[in-house]
Amino acid sequence: MNKEPIIEVENLTTRYGDTTILENVSFRVSRGEIFMLLGASGCGKSTLLKHLNGLLRPSSGRIIVNGTDITAADEDTMREVQKTIGVLFQADALFSSMTIFENIALPLYEYTDLTPGMIDRIVKMKLALVNLPGYENHMPSELSGGMRKRAALARAMALDPLLLFFDEPWAGLDPVTAAELDILIRSINTAMGTTMVIVTQELASIFGLAQRVIMLDKSVRGIIAQGDPTELKEHSQDLKVINYFNRKATGGD
Amino acid sequence: MGLNGRASPIQYNSTRFKDLFLTHGLSLIYILYYKPQTPSLFGEIMKAPPVKKKEYSLRVEDREPGDVILFVSGRIALDDLNDFTSDARSILQNKPLKKLMVDIAGVNYLDSAGTLALFQLEEEQTARSASVTFHGVTDEAKGILNLLDKKAHHIPPLVPERKPPNILEQMGEATRLLLNDFFEVLSFVGELILALISSLRRPRSMRWNDVLYYMKRAGVDGLPIVGLISILMGLIMAFMSSLQLKQFGANIYVASLVAIAMVKELGPIMTAILVAGRSGSAFAAEIGTMIVNDEVNALKAMGFEPIQFLAVPKLLATIIVVPLLTLYADLFAILGGLVVGVVGLDLTAYSYIQETREGIAVFDIVASLVKSGVFAGLIAGIGCQRGFQVHEGAESVGTFTTSAVVSAIFLIIIADSAFAIILNYVR
Repeated sequence: MNKEPIIEVENLTTRYGDTTILENVSFRVSRGEIFMLLGASGCGKSTLLKHLNGLLRPSSGRIIVNGTDITAADEDTMREVQKTIGVLFQADALFSSMTIFENIALPLYEYTDLTPGMIDRIVKMKLALVNLPGYENHMPSELSGGMRKRAALARAMALDPLLLFFDEPWAGLDPVTAAELDILIRSINTAMGTTMVIVTQELASIFGLAQRVIMLDKSVRGIIAQGDPTELKEHSQDLKVINYFNRKATGGD
Repeated sequence: MGLNGRASPIQYNSTRFKDLFLTHGLSLIYILYYKPQTPSLFGEIMKAPPVKKKEYSLRVEDREPGDVILFVSGRIALDDLNDFTSDARSILQNKPLKKLMVDIAGVNYLDSAGTLALFQLEEEQTARSASVTFHGVTDEAKGILNLLDKKAHHIPPLVPERKPPNILEQMGEATRLLLNDFFEVLSFVGELILALISSLRRPRSMRWNDVLYYMKRAGVDGLPIVGLISILMGLIMAFMSSLQLKQFGANIYVASLVAIAMVKELGPIMTAILVAGRSGSAFAAEIGTMIVNDEVNALKAMGFEPIQFLAVPKLLATIIVVPLLTLYADLFAILGGLVVGVVGLDLTAYSYIQETREGIAVFDIVASLVKSGVFAGLIAGIGCQRGFQVHEGAESVGTFTTSAVVSAIFLIIIADSAFAIILNYVR
């Protein structure tokens, strides 16, 4: 794995009104890494993910994505950065009025000058990659939850992004489909070297996939642990980390 | 200047052109060419697109006649897909090929689009009866070559592409939808009336807090816009009619004209259209979004009747507030007319109000309130019904929200026509 950082977060602080969600958070994600953001509900994982993919701007601090400081980027620079980013949202976010083909082809038509024939080939190849061959003319409503997730992943990968962000990709999937998604994520990461940043609570996938994790906590408004998840589970002294990885109740906080 | 000191049309036009040129033309020239700090707009528009530097290179080496090695190096990615495909095609097109070795040892970046370019090269040259093999495949490249399905574009779609229906199919579908819609509306009206009766028989089962909430949303929150539009309508009607009536010395009749027009027709109709736009659409969007989010199913699963729970409070609230809003609209329109009468027509406020009182009868006001109540029922009913028709997705919510407003306005006009005839006989 390449140790060169693709994301650098420095002293990120974010506030909603008077409430501070994250304070002085700093970490790095290496190129080609499968990196996960963990923590209890409401600790700011999804907020942090939205900062990393440019959907939110922090109150202070810097986020450098692939060499560009996106906290200071203008609209054009941000658009260039976002072309190198793919996002898979928790609720798949496929456009319900478009077919699966149109959903995946949309960024290709908008951002490239490829011929319709070439776009057709790319879309079909992406569909085969996510194990949905032949589904190009289906509407999103005609697919199951797991199939929609995979179609959304194909759309997120349409422009061959350097970075893929996932927000709770396993939420609502049955164990078999979740395991299939694990295999898909791993094979894309291995074959294409795409960096993956994943927000999740799915312990099996955390231990199966993550090369490095950070764990956020509401009480400190930041990171309480980071590193290899198996090592954290075995060696962490922090009760919250131990309880999280061992799926133990804390008795409320 | 032309004859009699008037500007001749020709001179007027040329002066105007000169003025326009001096004011706008020179500014434009200034912006396009002379604005020193920013780049010239004209220059930006006319600038040729930047020539993209190719990040790959192709080299052909003939080993024997018909046996060729194509050396590929550099970066092959989505941005280079068109160029790479056409360059590879042109470099090989004049060569008699039996055997093509594609050496990709020099490729330092390959994404899925780049891989597709290699697959396409293989497919095209195989179609020319050449045997194509890849060499110098690194482990990274092997991973992506194995991951992607080179025959993916040959997989037929599971369902055929949707084609737009022809005119006959469209007419048939429209008729079917219209009939379906008619029966659905009938069925909904029946259910809504039953739910309303049931709620009124057991008032404690009614969600009165919701009724108050929707009374505020549909009524109180609508006061500013209804007031503003009504006062402006009163002003406009009084002003326009005064231009004609003044010629006959009939200024005083402006008061009765505004009062009769507003109370009998425009007040109820205009208020209803505003409520349809503000609240009818909101009802449809709210219920539609609840359906999309499974909230309506949650109600059903908990044993609640969605129509009674969601539609009845909205219906009752609207029926209560729309007649009140209509009265308010009438008053503001009369006030607008009064301003024109007093300021522009030298009428006294007392005489204007007296004429207004004489112009309208109690029967007209009661009829107007009854009409408004019926319009309110139509707006809330169709708004909720369209909301319940939403099946899934954002598009469906948008479609039925629009339909709620259009259908409500259509039904209001139909009902108003019916009232015009009925009231003529009742009176």
